Parts: sequence; structure tokens; C-alpha cells
Amino acid sequence: MSDLNTAMTERYRSSFLKEVEANVEEGEWVKMCMQCGVCAGSCPLGNAWEHTPQKLFMMIRAGKREAVLSSDAMWMCTSCYNCIARCPRGLPITHIMHGLAHYAKRLGLSPKNQPTQQFAQIFWDNLMKKGRVNELKLGLSMYFKDGFGQGIKNAMANQKLGQNMMKAKRMSAMELFGGHSIKDTSGLQKMIKKAQEIEDAKIQGNS
Amino acid sequence: MSDEKKFAGYICTGCGIGDRLDPSQLESIATREGKMQSCKQHEMLCNSEGVQMIRDDIANDAVTHVMIAACSRRAKVEAFNFTDVALTRANLREGVIWVRPDADEHQETTQEMADDYVRMACAELRSMSKPASSGEQQLNKTIMVVGGGITGMTAAIEAAAAGYPAHIIEKSGALGGQAADYIKSIPTRSPYSEPQDTGVAAMIASIEANDLITVHLNSTVAKTAGAPGRFSVDIATESGAVVTETFGAIIQATGFNLYDPSGLMQFGYSSSPDIITNGELEKLVKASNGGPIKRPSDGKEVKAVAFVQNVGQSSTEKGQLSYHSGIGDLIAIKQAMYFKAQNGDCDTTILFNNLRTPGAAGEDFYRAGQEKMVTFSKGEVSEVVAGDSLEVKFKDLILDEETSMQADLVVLDVGMMPNSGPDPYAVPMVIDEDAEKTEEAEVKAPTVTVDSILNLDYRQGTDLPHLKNGFTDSHFICFPYETRRTGIYAAGPLRRPMDMRQAQDDAAGAAMKAIQAAENAGKGMAAHPRAGDLSFPKFRMDGCTQCKRCTVECPFGAINEDEKGYPMFNESRCRRCGTCMGACPVRVISFENYSVETVNQQIKNVEVPEEFDEKPRILVLACENDAYPALDQAAMNGVEINPWARVIPVRCLGSVSLSWITDSLNSGYDGIVLMGCAKGDDYQCHFVRGSAMAHERMGKVGDTLSSLNLEPERVVVYEVAITDVERAPKLINDMAETVEKIGLSPFKF
Repeated sequence: MSDLNTAMTERYRSSFLKEVEANVEEGEWVKMCMQCGVCAGSCPLGNAWEHTPQKLFMMIRAGKREAVLSSDAMWMCTSCYNCIARCPRGLPITHIMHGLAHYAKRLGLSPKNQPTQQFAQIFWDNLMKKGRVNELKLGLSMYFKDGFGQGIKNAMANQKLGQNMMKAKRMSAMELFGGHSIKDTSGLQKMIKKAQEIEDAKIQGNS
Repeated sequence: MSDEKKFAGYICTGCGIGDRLDPSQLESIATREGKMQSCKQHEMLCNSEGVQMIRDDIANDAVTHVMIAACSRRAKVEAFNFTDVALTRANLREGVIWVRPDADEHQETTQEMADDYVRMACAELRSMSKPASSGEQQLNKTIMVVGGGITGMTAAIEAAAAGYPAHIIEKSGALGGQAADYIKSIPTRSPYSEPQDTGVAAMIASIEANDLITVHLNSTVAKTAGAPGRFSVDIATESGAVVTETFGAIIQATGFNLYDPSGLMQFGYSSSPDIITNGELEKLVKASNGGPIKRPSDGKEVKAVAFVQNVGQSSTEKGQLSYHSGIGDLIAIKQAMYFKAQNGDCDTTILFNNLRTPGAAGEDFYRAGQEKMVTFSKGEVSEVVAGDSLEVKFKDLILDEETSMQADLVVLDVGMMPNSGPDPYAVPMVIDEDAEKTEEAEVKAPTVTVDSILNLDYRQGTDLPHLKNGFTDSHFICFPYETRRTGIYAAGPLRRPMDMRQAQDDAAGAAMKAIQAAENAGKGMAAHPRAGDLSFPKFRMDGCTQCKRCTVECPFGAINEDEKGYPMFNESRCRRCGTCMGACPVRVISFENYSVETVNQQIKNVEVPEEFDEKPRILVLACENDAYPALDQAAMNGVEINPWARVIPVRCLGSVSLSWITDSLNSGYDGIVLMGCAKGDDYQCHFVRGSAMAHERMGKVGDTLSSLNLEPERVVVYEVAITDVERAPKLINDMAETVEKIGLSPFKF
């Protein structure tokens, strides 16, 4: 994907704002931000982020491409929609944040070891296999994402919780073997693949 | 009409007056002590029957002087509007029964209060005569408009539309003013998204086609003499020819100049031809004739432009403007759109700290700018470095970092400075207070122009007085177009910074005021704020000592001096405030219905009980514009006022004669409360300087008190606003407490 990144950098050399407009979902709204800071003040996780939406939008206008796309901010959004509800200019801020995350991921610029970003990838991979999320496998994948030793430690730490869930029939060990799937898994996979092709073509066309 | 005076009193017993007070006692006071030749009671004097009774007496019995003892002089004004007689009102309702508790133990003092108010009204009436205009008045419907810009043109068009001929005096060779250089203006119509046509060409065409409007190009005002209704103006053309025209009223619409940023080295204005002001940008774009906008240095097309906002404005630095023009950011958005319209890829960056886009239209225009991809960066510009490409260094205030950008052209948002002519009070005058004020003003405001614009032939200087920063003085809240020269109205950016739309509204307002002034001058009536008042000050010249206090202290420059230093009064320049009357040390100035004598008679006719009665008397001189209505409102709210108080309304605290203070102290009053309007930079005085003058004069009253061996606490001066409904009565009651503390005056007989 770094080829795409190079191509995009080349194409939008003069304006990162224009690049965002063309390629990021709801990106055409970024120019309408009036820098009031209400989003930044409304975000329940604001102080856990590298950049608030207000800052991100300012950085986009200032052409800080690398800093924006490698920021962890978009990945920390919990979609609480506080910012959208409060933005006096009506910007779909949550959607812009997710759009930015997507675009960064596509260009291969998203922060590598950022946990929520990793979780998003694991979740996606898990979902794509059977068309629905296998919670047991998803949990285990998260435990072992940082290696086998760490995985065992994580599993031991949550042992009690797991046992209780099994007792309450909230989780089944049988899910480890195959697990449930939707009726037409390959149909879904084809559909997603087609969607990806369309999206890629659009982005490639812009590059 | 014969000169014989006939006095008639009328006592209203309605609104509870008859229940709370003894009307027959009031009637006998009016006839025996007050020497009213007749006195009638009516149960509701303000109804049509009561009013008709008074009318009939005036018509059939030749009554010339009417005393009405009823409600406040501010109530039922329409009903008790008898123009052919001298009229006074004893305030028994708001002044007495509504401010006193209805209980037996208070009955005696309440009745005494009412008795005194009737005595005072009768005494005042006896020393009044019916106001009549001087007979000098002239009606001249022609309006002179100085300045042919947007404001001046609008004023002339509006005056002409109302049927009043107008003359425009324009210094340059063409109408249009600064706006003639503009490509477009800030939008004034929905959807407020595109700059719109300035309308200058259409206005010029409509003026040229209008028979009522005469245009004098390349002309200046060499001399303005006379007064409203009879201004005589010498109009000088560039060639040296002078024509004299007469006018009824004048509108000054001389606009503004832009601040010169040469002195602000950090913006490099002098270091590169590509660093220009927002005013110069209009000319640059106009020169491009719709083609690519080229920068001045080498004619290269502008691909990136930076707008640096708020240059030399809202600053505390010396030599910069302490105020903000308010519209610079809208102008920058408009100008950025010029570039976007020409080349959508042109980088336009507006570097602002506080973006001000006033009004709903402003917000829409801001959004429209954002939609057109104008970049708005919250940043503080520290330096503009000249070079082939200009470097704008700034601190990004959102990202909190020092950064910079490159631009082909930098546009500086400089502020508007009024082109108002020299301030007549900028030279130290006889009064010390004015001199102090001037020194302050000089440090604050950079001088725009020293050439006089109006060349007024007035004792107090050639031009309209300034408030601060060169903006003309007016009663900003209540009477925005007014100036301190009657019949001369200021419109447009010499009053305050404004855009074209506001200037046009302003011009229309000023035109209406000018028409009113011309009409009133024709009838010999005051224009403002005592509109319709026929009384005017008369000078008993044989008593005048040529001290010049009246000519210097008149807030409106109404009084000239002859070569011997005697005052030369101009009735139609006068606002009828009486500041001259308060100033005159030999008491030779008086109005027909308001004079040193009318108030003195009221003071003397209050019954001052002997010392062992332990009934003090407190004199309250309350400005009729703010303090008196505040007391009325307090009465309506049922606020109690001390029964020792006797309130006399005055036209302005500036009209208060020191003799009233000394005389009342000598006749045994125990305390004196003076209530005027707020003074100073944010003054509320309807006559601008009256309250300030009064405070100044009363500052010396301590000497009088100590020469009488009296405590200084006995005389207090307050600034009271119309909203001080609780405070105004309290100030009076406080004085009653003070008197109780320090004891009664030893001057009772």
C-alpha cells in the first residue's frame, strides 16, 4: 500500500486538505470547521488522545499529512457521537474520524502497535471467516496478539471470568472447533470482495 | 393678546389624591399663599371633562398661567398639553402619596409635603412667562451634505426623496468616495454567499438624474456661518472660485481613512510592493480588469495570498488603534473570493486571531468562504519577510507552534480611522478639565487630519467635537446621529467604523434628523432632545460682565462672542439645556419658563419649620431626563421616600446655579441632593457636558459650606441613571439619615 501512499503524496502535493476531501469519507466537511473547540471539549476520551478532532482538522489544513494519518486519535474514537450532537457547524465529526482511520489504514500509515487499531484488524479477520464474530476465538486472538507467553498470562488472569461465562452458558468451548457461521459465507465474502474492488478502483483513480 | 397675566390652579382629586390629602387645604394654599386667582378641584382632571374645563377657562377667562396639582409632569403629558399658556405641575401623586405610607401617624408630614409642592408650583408659575420663539427663525429646506461617498450620496438621495433639496460638496473630482475603488461589496442579501455589486454607479446615475440634488465637485467648505435654518456656507472650488449658499441643516459624511501600517516594521509594509493594505488590494484587483490578479513587484500571477488580520487594531500599543473596525474579516473573506473566482486553485489563507463576522449575514458569508476553500488559520503573525516569495511567520494558536507559510502577496487588514476634522477641544481651553482630557486623547488617538472640514465660524472651534479616537461625539445610545453642533449631523464611518450597508442606514437616519432640524429651526423650536420647546435663553446684556463662561461652557457651541466679548446667542443652535444659565455667575441668563428665579422661588416657598419642630428639609435637584423619571418609577413601585424631601426637576444638572445651593442653605435647608446623569467617556447626560460641568462646579461648593460653617456632607452630587429605581430614593433617604446624624441646620429662623 505504500505505493498508493507515494502516489497520493505526489498527486496532492500542494494540498492535504484536497486529498482528504477527495478520499476520506465525509472529508469534504473538514474545511467547514470553525475551530471553536466544542468537539475537543465534548469528547469523553479527549485527554487520552494524541490530537483532538479540532486539532486534527487544523493539521489537515496546515498540510501535516504524516502527523494526521499516523495519529492514534481516530482509533481512540468510541463513536459516542457527543461531538456530532454538539458541533455548531453540524460536522459529522465521528464519521470523519472513522473515515480518516480507514484512509490511514489503506495507505499503511496507521500506528502499528496501537491496540484499538490491532483489535479492529483482528475483529475484521475473525468476522470475515464465518460471517459472524466468534467471540471465543476473538478473545483468544486478543490474548495472544503479543506472543504466546503474554497470551498465557492474559488467559490465566481472566481464567475466572471465562469459567463463569461457561457455567452461565454464555460461552462454549466447542466454538474453538469451527464454530457457527452464516448460511452463505462465501456469498458474503464475494460481496465484500466486490465492494473492496470498487473502493480500490475509486482510490486508484484518485491517485 | 393682552399682556395681563391670569393665574389659575387646578387640583385633581383622583388616583387617591382626594382620599389621602385635604384638597380644600391645598386649594386655600393655592389661592391665599400661591395667589392663584382661581382654583378648581376635579375628581379626574385628565379626563376629557377635566381637560375641557381648563381649555374653557383659557378660552373664556383669558387664563395665561396654569398650575396643575395632580400627577408627575411626566404623566398625562398628552392630556395636559396647553400650548398657549405657561404651565406648571405640582406632583402630588408620584411625588407625595405614592411614596408615603398610608397611615395616620404619617398623615401630617404627607400633607405638609403636598402643601409645599403646591406652594412651589404656584411660586414657580408666578415667575414664569409663556415661551414664544424669538422671531429670528427661518425655514430653509435645503440640506448640505459634505462628502460624496456612499454615505453622502445616500443622505442626499434620501433627503431628495423626502422633497428636500440637497447639495453634495465633494473634495475630489468624482462621486463615489472610497467605494468607487471597490470591485464588490460584502453581501447584504440572502443567501449572503457571494460578494455583490457596490451600487456606486447606480447611485451616481440617480443623483445626476435628480433635479433636487446639486453636486459640487472639487469643492470644499471654506466657511460655515449661521445656525440651523440659516447656515451660510462658502463653497470653494479648486479653481479658487467661491460660491455662497444657504442651508437649513448639514450632514457631514466625510468617511474614513485607512490606518497607515508603515510604522509597524514586523509587517514589512514598506519593504515590499507585494505587501499591501486591504484598501490597496481593491485597486490592484480592479487594475487586473477581470484577468489574472498579478502582484505589483513583477507582474507574476498570484498563486498564494495571505491575509493578515487585525493589523494595528484593538491594540494597547502607542500609535496603533485601540479599537477594532469590526468588518476587516468580512472584507478579507470577500477579497479571498476575488482570487478564488479568478483561479479556484489559488491558495487563500486568512490568518486571524479572533475572527469577527458580525451578524447572521456575516456567519453565512464566513461559511461561503469556507465552502470555496478559503483557508482560515488561527494564528498570530509575528513577521512578514520580504523576498521573491514572501514568508509569513506566525504562531499557530490551535497547534501551539511557530510556523510559517509562503505567499506571493500579503494583504494587511488595517483599520478605519474617522475623517472628522480637528477636534475643537484638542487645544487647551479655559477650563482645566478639558485640557486634561485632551492630553489623554492625544496619546490615545493618532491624528487623521488637521485640515478643517466644516470651517465653522463658531466660538468653540471649526469642526464637530470628538468623543475619542477622532470619532464624533454624540449621545451614542439614545441619539446616535446627533453631534455637539445642533443641526449638523454626522453619518457613516466618522461616527464609528462601519460597512457600506450600515453607512447607508446611517445616512438615511441622518437625513431624517437633518430634515427635522431644518423644520424645527423654521418654527423656532428646539430640535433635540427637548424637541418642540419654544423657550430659549435670554441674556440681560446690561448685567453681563463678559466673563465668557457661557460661550466656553455651552456644550453645543451655540454662543459666539462679539468683539467686546459679549455673548452672541444663536437660538437655533441651542438645545435649551440651561448649562449657560448654570454657568453665569451674574445670573443674567434665563428662559421664559425656566430661570434662576423660577427655581429660587420654589426653594423659598417651601415652608421650613423651626428648629425645635425637628422637621428637616432636604432639597433634591433632579435631572428631568433620568433622575426624575427614576423617582417616578420608584413611586410606581411603591418605594418610600423620606417626607423631608422636596424634589425640583431641572432641565439638566448643568443648569443648576450655585445661588440655589447657597440660598437654600441660607434659608435653613438641612441637606441638598443633586442628581444628574453619568458623565465621562461613557456619559449618559442628554446634554453631553451638563452633568460633568455640574460636578465640576459643585466640587467647589465645599468652600461655600465651610464659609457658612456647615458640614460638607450636607451637599452631595450623584450620577443617577433612569434605571436606578431603587437607588435614587435611597440616596434621598440616606441624606435624611445624614441630617439626623449631624443635626439640623443652624440657619433656620
